[in-house]
Order: sequence, then structure tokens, then C-alpha cells
Amino acid sequence: MESNRHPTLTARAAGLIGCRACGRVSPGDTSVCPRCGGALEPDRNLSLQRVWAWMAAGIICYIPANLYPMLRTSTVATGTAENTIMGGVVELVHAHEWAVAGIVFAASVLVPIAKFIAIAALAISLRGRATMSSHRRHKLLEIMDFIGRWSMVDVFVVAILSSLVQLGYVVNIHPGPAAALFALSVAFTMLAAQSFDPRLIWEKDQGYPA
Amino acid sequence: MSSISSASATPPTLPPLETLIACPACDLLMAAPSLEAQQNCRCSRCHHLLYAPRRQTFAQVIALSLTVAILMIGAVFFPFLEISAGGIRHQSSIFDTALAFSEGILLPLSVVVMALIVVLPLLRVTLLLYTLWPLAQGRAPWRHARRAFRLAEAIQPWSMAEIFVVGAVVALVKLAGLATITLGPAFWAFGLLVIVVTVKDNLLCDWTLWKAIDTQR
Ligand SMILES: [Zn+2]
Ligand SMILES: [Zn+2]
Repeated sequence: MESNRHPTLTARAAGLIGCRACGRVSPGDTSVCPRCGGALEPDRNLSLQRVWAWMAAGIICYIPANLYPMLRTSTVATGTAENTIMGGVVELVHAHEWAVAGIVFAASVLVPIAKFIAIAALAISLRGRATMSSHRRHKLLEIMDFIGRWSMVDVFVVAILSSLVQLGYVVNIHPGPAAALFALSVAFTMLAAQSFDPRLIWEKDQGYPA
Repeated sequence: MSSISSASATPPTLPPLETLIACPACDLLMAAPSLEAQQNCRCSRCHHLLYAPRRQTFAQVIALSLTVAILMIGAVFFPFLEISAGGIRHQSSIFDTALAFSEGILLPLSVVVMALIVVLPLLRVTLLLYTLWPLAQGRAPWRHARRAFRLAEAIQPWSMAEIFVVGAVVALVKLAGLATITLGPAFWAFGLLVIVVTVKDNLLCDWTLWKAIDTQR
């Protein structure tokens, strides 16, 4: 608790409001940042409500995205085969493409699930006594914000495969409904991470009510 | 960065607000970094990067943004990948890739993919060019420059050119046993574009730009 030993002044404690986009300081009752025109929100709990709403939307899309097919491959020899997200990873493992299987598994399974858990844990940590320091929780939020967009990889793989593999009677690949559901899930969780105001993590540490 | 200490419960008399910065990540109130500083300025509490001194970067960012725009226009229309198997050939451009979802209920996804890999990266460099062009020449910013730069910053996480390149590599591996793939000129243009975008985003310092918008008349 370094910040307790060296008392510091936040914009809020000084009766001012800081802009999350550009850092400009304004009088506490300002609603639009005079420098960048961004919205200034005195009530930071609104940020948390938005986090939960986007998270819920992300989870609602993520579950069916794993159940419906991502790809439909039709060939003369084997007929039509459907692949889910996990099915695509398993196929790569069978082909002994370990590195690429790892990338797809990380982007489509590990990262989304880690993100759901981490953001929920961060939001809950604001209520009670946090077990991690503000520094580590802030770092965790930054990492989640940074890696979330990489989950979109699989959607691009499906787009490339289905536009390229159009070989008449030999083989054709078509996208499945999971591609859209998964893209939505990634977008919603990105919005959840972006809505999370990191200043909430630090305010709790200082003993100011969130 | 020196923070403003408050040993007492009542806030001290504050200097003019333009000379202060509230850390965008943790709200700590500090004296704004001076543009003459030679070192990176970080928040003294959470270490968020506030200011990175770079010389002459406006001109460099303009040059790199123009490069990105030209590469993107080339990448969209030239062939991206070509596949051949069983005597049949098929070529696809990035434009075709975005249109892969254009059948039936997946049509909105086509629009989104087009936006993520082409439209938003292009819009971001256009907005940066609009903001930086007059500033680089020491003139007053153009109308709505503030809104343009804020939008450019908000778009950044949604501009996914580099993720698309990784997706292309994964797709190539998946097809390796199935067919013969030839990389088209657009593939290389797009790869180069990703490098230029990364260099450009690293050169840009928000605080320097906001200061220039605030002070140049
Ligand atoms: Zn602002
Ligand atoms: Zn800070």
C-alpha cells in the first residue's frame, strides 16, 4: 500500500474531473471535455454497469458459438463435413500442426474464457477487500484489453477459407453461423474491457468510495 | 512526474487547470509534462505512459500514414491468394474475403469484416492526416481536429489488419495438404502495411498532439 504512505491527490479528491481520453482536468461539474469533446462521467459506477452488460452479451453469444458449426466443407469424396471451433483445433492437432493448433486454441478458447473470468473477478474485487494489489489488477486489466482483439483470428480464418476454397466440384468451404456468433462475442467482450474504468481500481485502494 | 501532495484533508490551492494532467488510468493529479522534457514521463503511481518525447514526428507520422493508405488501396484490389487443386484455379482478393459471408443471414458479418480489415484502418490514417497536416506546418488546426483525433484514437483497437495477417497464415497452414497456394502481391502489401502501422503508432505521442492542438493558432 505505497499510496497510503505517500498521500497523493487525485483529480476527483480535488473536486475536479479528469478525461480518460486525453488527461485534461476540468471543474468537477463539467460533462464534456473541453479539449477532446469526450464525455466526462462523474458517476463511475455507470462504467461497471456497462461492463456487466457487455460481458453478459459476450457470454450469451459465446456459448452457441461453440456449439454451431464454424465451417462447412463439401468435397466429392467425403460429402459435407461440419467443423466447430474445437473441431478445427482437433483437426490441426491430427495434422501435427502443433504451433497453429496452439494459436487457434489460445485465440478462440483460452483468451475468451480467461477474459470472462478476469473481468468478472476485477469487477467483484471492487466490492470487498481485494487480494491483489492495485498495480497487479491494473496490469491484468491492461493485458485483457490488449489480447481480447486477437480472438478475432478465427473469424478471419473462416473468411479467408470460404472466399478462397471455391473449387467447383472438387472442394468448397462455406461459413457456418458460429462465425457470426463468435465475432459478436469478441466484439462484446472488447467493449466490456474498454468500459472498465481503471480509475475504479485505484480509488478503492485509496479508500475513496467507488 | 511529481504528484501534488495533500497531507491535509482540505485540497490545497490548485494551479491553473491547463498546467495539470489527471492520469487517464488512475486519476492522479500531476503537473503536466513539459514538451521540452527529454525523457518519457510516466504516472508516478500507476506508471501509465503520459508523454514520450519524439522530435519531428508529425512529418514522419504523415509520411507513414500516406504509405498505409497507398498500401491498403493496392492490397484491396490485387490478388491476395490463389489456390489450385484438381486442375481448377481460384483467385481471391481481400475484397472477396470480406464478401465471403455475403450469402444469407451472415451478410452483416461481411460488412463487419470489411470494416475491421479495410475501412477502419483507412479511416484512422485519414483522420490522423487531417489532424496532423496543418500542425506539422506550424499552422492552426483545421476545424473539428479535436473530434477527428479523438475518433482516430477510439478506432485503434478496432483496426485489425495485423490480426488478419495472422488469420491468413493459419488459413495457409490449414490448406497446406489440400491444395497448392500461391501468395499474390496483395499478401505482401498487407504484410508490409502491418509493419508500417506498428511503426507509425509507436511514433505518435497523444500528449504532444493534444498540446499542439491546444496551442497552435
Ligand atoms: Zn478529453
Ligand atoms: Zn496513473
